[in-house]
Amino acid sequence: MSLSYLPNVTTLEFDGEACTGCGMCVEVCPHAVFRLKGDRAMLQDRDACIECGACQANCEAGALQVELGVGCARAILATGPDAPDCSCA
Amino acid sequence: VKVEGRVATLAGNVSRVSTRWRLGDWLGRVLARLGFRRMSYAIAPGLYAVGQPGPDSPVLVSANYKLSFDVLRRAIAGLDAWILVLDSNGVNVWCAAGKGTFGTAELARRVESTPLAQVVRHRRLVVPQLGAPSVAAHEVERLTDFGVVFGPVRADDIPEFLAAGYKATPGMRRVTFGIVDRLEVSGLELATAGRATALLSLLVLATTAWNGTALSWASAWSASVPVLLALWGGVLAGTVLFAAMLPWLPGRMFAVKGAFLGSVVAAGAWIGGEGLLPEEAPVALPLALALVTVAVTSYLGANYTGSTTFTSLSGVKKELRVAIPVMAVALVAATVLPVAALVLTELTR
Repeated sequence: MSLSYLPNVTTLEFDGEACTGCGMCVEVCPHAVFRLKGDRAMLQDRDACIECGACQANCEAGALQVELGVGCARAILATGPDAPDCSCA
Repeated sequence: VKVEGRVATLAGNVSRVSTRWRLGDWLGRVLARLGFRRMSYAIAPGLYAVGQPGPDSPVLVSANYKLSFDVLRRAIAGLDAWILVLDSNGVNVWCAAGKGTFGTAELARRVESTPLAQVVRHRRLVVPQLGAPSVAAHEVERLTDFGVVFGPVRADDIPEFLAAGYKATPGMRRVTFGIVDRLEVSGLELATAGRATALLSLLVLATTAWNGTALSWASAWSASVPVLLALWGGVLAGTVLFAAMLPWLPGRMFAVKGAFLGSVVAAGAWIGGEGLLPEEAPVALPLALALVTVAVTSYLGANYTGSTTFTSLSGVKKELRVAIPVMAVALVAATVLPVAALVLTELTR
């Protein structure tokens, strides 16, 4: 049983040219979006991306770009679509 | 948190915390999950000890949400370790990392403001993987002379992770969302929606209490029961039932999953609650009530996106652009239908 959300929506962009193959993205991604192939990372499940930004924050080479956010309807409705925040704990 | 003595170090004493949960810890967890004092369920940031740690013991970084800290200290019972608690404003690691409060800057600050550098000989911090959105390992290494190793997603895997020489298996790196987790976080959804619905229920009872000649409890009750059933059916279906059945509900969008579940519940209520409506009631009435249940379930289903582990901002935005107008139409229809039916009956009489 796997839980999956909408396909083709993530803002995640991966620049394979800039990748140094350090493997940090593979390590920090909670949804196994990446895997290492040879001396580079590659996207193996882009649609599983939740835009948490862990990969971007830990990519020293700057090969990853994603618009950060939390997939929370209440936060989006409460503050407008452009300024989402959440008060969860 | 119960402090059980102190551990002497080169840089002074460090409080040792218990690895056992007391009644208050359990109670606090239940209350926090239901939304009571949730935003002030915090512990003091700083350095703590578990067991009998020494200069070579691992340093585990945590948020200062008490529930997170409790889960961590219980998970490492029997081990000797240091816990470095960051000030995340009492918010859990993942959410605080999303906001940036649990992040590189606060970690570097906390390393500086505690005697950690004198307490341990090694230079390695175990940061929970879910803190990675705001903790840049290479930045931390630049700002402090500590290196960062990302630990497993779940605290329960920490003993195995440490025993394997700070190595996480692929499974330890994956976020899961099993039925226990799904139900535990749905408690807050139920409590929040329940409060609003309780107020609405009182309003419905108050407005139906007038039976034409006097205020009557019996009148209020018989007129309100179908409405209350439709509302509360939607609330229970959209929170607890939705959370339990999530993986098996059809559709990708939560609003669609919710609309499906709401339809099933509404159909059940229509059949099972036939005797609750007056016999002369037009079919528009149960139809309107069914629409209420479907819309409420669908809305609360969409709301549950924020409680899950696998939704994205882009996805939820896309979903809401479609779902909100549809729900609005359904609620307007639910209001207009019975009125229209009433007018029609009067006209044709």
